[in-house]
Amino acid sequence: MELIDQHTKAIMEECKVRARDAGLSFDDESLEYIVTNRDLLELSPKVMIPTLYDYWLDDVEVLKNKGQYKLYPGNPYETVINSRPAISFYNDNNPDWLNIMIFYHVLAHIDFFQNNILFEKTWKDDFAGQALADKRLIENLRSEHGRWVDYVIEFSRGIDNLAGYYDALARPGFPDTYKPSDRVLFYFDVFLQEILKSQDHEIFKEIERYNQLVEQNPELGESLFFSEIRPHYPEFEVKFEKYRKQEEEGPLDLMGFIRDNSVVLQKEDNQWMKSVLSVVRNTALYLAPQIRTKILNEGWASYWHDELFRKDDRISGHEIAYARINAGVTALSRVGLNPYAIGLRLIQYIEELADKGKLDFNFQNIQDIQTRENFDKKVGTGREAIFKLRKYSADFPFINKYVDQDFIDKHDLFVAGKRPNMEKGTIEYFVKSRKGEDYKKMLIDSLYHPPSITVVPEKTNEKNIYLSHDFEGKQLIRPFVANTMIGIEYLWGGQVQLETTEIVMKKAPAPGEKPEFSYNRVLYTMKDKRLSRGKLE
Amino acid sequence: MADKDLELFRRLKEKGLDPGLERVIKRELDESRGMKPGERHALCKEAPTSPLSTPGFYDSGDMSTISNLSPMGMTYHNALKSLDDLLEHDRQRDADGFPRKIRIGRLIKPSPGKKGQVIVVPTTTEDKFYHDNSITEEEPSTGGSGEGDEGDVIGEQPIDPQQGEGEGGAGEGGDAEHDISSEAFDLGKILTEKFELPNLKDKGRKKSFTKYKYDLTDKNRGFGQVLDKKSTLKKIIETNIILGRITDKAEFESHDFLINPGDHIYRIMSKEKDFENQAVVFFLRDYSGSMGGKPTEVITSQHLFIYSWLMYQYQNNVETRFILHDTEAKEIKDFHTYHNLNVAGGTNVHPAFELTNKIVEEEKLAIDNNIYVFHGTDGDDWENTGEKMLEATKKMLSYANRIGITIARNTWSSTADLSIVEKYMNGSGLLREKPDLIRMDTMIAENASEERIIDGIKKLIS
Repeated sequence: MELIDQHTKAIMEECKVRARDAGLSFDDESLEYIVTNRDLLELSPKVMIPTLYDYWLDDVEVLKNKGQYKLYPGNPYETVINSRPAISFYNDNNPDWLNIMIFYHVLAHIDFFQNNILFEKTWKDDFAGQALADKRLIENLRSEHGRWVDYVIEFSRGIDNLAGYYDALARPGFPDTYKPSDRVLFYFDVFLQEILKSQDHEIFKEIERYNQLVEQNPELGESLFFSEIRPHYPEFEVKFEKYRKQEEEGPLDLMGFIRDNSVVLQKEDNQWMKSVLSVVRNTALYLAPQIRTKILNEGWASYWHDELFRKDDRISGHEIAYARINAGVTALSRVGLNPYAIGLRLIQYIEELADKGKLDFNFQNIQDIQTRENFDKKVGTGREAIFKLRKYSADFPFINKYVDQDFIDKHDLFVAGKRPNMEKGTIEYFVKSRKGEDYKKMLIDSLYHPPSITVVPEKTNEKNIYLSHDFEGKQLIRPFVANTMIGIEYLWGGQVQLETTEIVMKKAPAPGEKPEFSYNRVLYTMKDKRLSRGKLE
Repeated sequence: MADKDLELFRRLKEKGLDPGLERVIKRELDESRGMKPGERHALCKEAPTSPLSTPGFYDSGDMSTISNLSPMGMTYHNALKSLDDLLEHDRQRDADGFPRKIRIGRLIKPSPGKKGQVIVVPTTTEDKFYHDNSITEEEPSTGGSGEGDEGDVIGEQPIDPQQGEGEGGAGEGGDAEHDISSEAFDLGKILTEKFELPNLKDKGRKKSFTKYKYDLTDKNRGFGQVLDKKSTLKKIIETNIILGRITDKAEFESHDFLINPGDHIYRIMSKEKDFENQAVVFFLRDYSGSMGGKPTEVITSQHLFIYSWLMYQYQNNVETRFILHDTEAKEIKDFHTYHNLNVAGGTNVHPAFELTNKIVEEEKLAIDNNIYVFHGTDGDDWENTGEKMLEATKKMLSYANRIGITIARNTWSSTADLSIVEKYMNGSGLLREKPDLIRMDTMIAENASEERIIDGIKKLIS
């Protein structure tokens, strides 16, 4: 791996100046490397991070089944690594004009990494350096503990999609004095909403009452407030104590919980396992925002390479070649989902909506089609809107909020279905729906979404860890359950139980009929590397 | 065809049927009626449950899309690891009490017309808790763009198995050549070593009539490739005795010898008839309606493994024949078709065995070959007495080296404990009488893992 030559680096620096002028912001330093096929061989299994730890399974072809099982959060084949300085990879025989386009694309990615709040926890890190330290640590441990290090890596990776990314993100960084007390937070966030299931207006009333009391009497307002609550809800204190205890126990994400509570890992001889687990967990957390912003990030980068390169004088003479390449990247597929195409179009759509003032509440109230179409307040806040999007959004809100019927119609989008045609012996693709709602649902269904599996503290003790899977319409991949649970058993040092829901086809459907399903709540128990399964009612 | 099934059903019913079997038969009949006559031998339908093969959000990245760099798939070949290293690692896992991780059976599928390929690709999965997208109430769908009204078909692709990973197949049987042999040979070697499949003992060498080898076996005077010193020396002595230079009484010196050019004896390259072990393997498979899905997968992968193992044992001299049956049996040209053909018909086992007997008899295969017969079924048979089947089996036992019957049962099969084939095979006592000639193995198709399948092979051939 070698750095790009001075000539090309100069082009990059020129691109940085122009990108900054357009409003993008990123660190001054960046590293650009030329990669050869040999480098790629080594880099591919390491998610393109040159310093990532070695792991023997990387030498084997891992069945990926076309993205069905997402191995690591993040496509392994990104060219830009979110590190300080940011690293990017290039082919050594690109013409200059093509490099300019790619540089703009890369700079937009760097801008995204360094500004989007999902990446907040990674903003200060030199990840490549961290990874190198981790790699050395693991090499060291390997010389001491041999293959057992690989087992711990394997078992940790088995649960690294349950690392509690959002929990870590949500823990705010601001000083404690800004926060109301735990009691107040519990009363408003949990007690009123989740336990009493109060109506909104009741909650607002309570907030009002609280604010008034605190304003009148900053010292005693809070205790006055709660003294009135106690007679009404005698159970409040008990519930609060329980909640506080639970909060103190730390994160309930599986990886964090095991790290902090497993008896095996707390033993002095096994401290090294904890280090390995932490390395795997931190790597997963580091990569987690990437897969959750794939569409937005690629859309953002495509938007800017187009925007910047078309206005760049260095394009002259290469317009047609550029148009071809750009179309190859951002054209909507006839069938299939292209993150570049959909991300780019949605960003452009939002920019247009904002420019015309259509994101406004008043516009939403207009029913008349003609009026809607001609609506243009010329507010010109499009750029501002998409920069806000780049800072505060991720794939789910991006799609959930902005994909609508107008967007579908504008780009002739549809949900494509697939069915076998037995007469011809082919599989047919057909237009299944052109409804905005259906399209949005299809997009959301195809987003990365690890199962939600949490520890149930009441049923967990030193000898037994009890996990519960919140069923969201999809069961777990059953052949994978056993091995994953063996890993957890090893790390926990005791029995593992997993409560989950399984979908059972009532009977094989006759041709032309829809299959019928029933849902069973089941309990898997892994004890001494043996898996048993029982039905729960 | 369906009418014939119905006819058979009526006849069976007159003779009396037990309710479980009747249910199974009706089910198969229903399935066959759902299809038009011309479709009976349509290609297998694996599509509806499999995930879409169209690109999703996470299939493309900058590396390939923008930078025009193609990321490499990691394989043991380019990691410069030997397969043995990986297998050693795997063995170690077993010793440490963890399940093995490397699977070897993922193979590139053969396609009709082309020579099938068996490629040994060690693969694995990284097991985690993932959502299973294949079982939901939703039908598979993806995004699209462009023209077309709701309901319009916008494109199609053949159901043919797609390239890439998946259950694979062996090569062409029958009269086609075995070009795939080297890979199947490797796979057989791995199976033999890794899974400790037994080696064959009695191979019964037979002289080949078609194969020759070239060796330095013939002797020639005057010229040739390698001087045969011992023979040459003898010849020289013989010449010198005749010339009177060596006598009984007198001492002699070797430098006094006269050497005739004709005394030089050489070894010379020559054509020899080769000895070889030959085997003919018959693969029989039930392809009736009830076999769809998992049972078929289990049977075909097991048959592929067996084929590979025999390939190794017999140093490639294996001929394969494929027979499919529902209520009738027919011979199939290649493994691809054998793998994929699926019908919705009834089930009778005996025609397949009878057809095998007929082929062996007509082609006089038993004289020159070791004959193996492997049969795979889900265990249903409309003839619940198995009379004809047992008769055919007995005949087969007279020539076959081994008959292996695999039963991959469906969870919903007619009987809770034993399937019909199991019942009558057990009842006949053949399995007990001739355990070295006929074996049977039963598994539940749903739960059959690769290891279970290989265990099954051990059971059938050890």
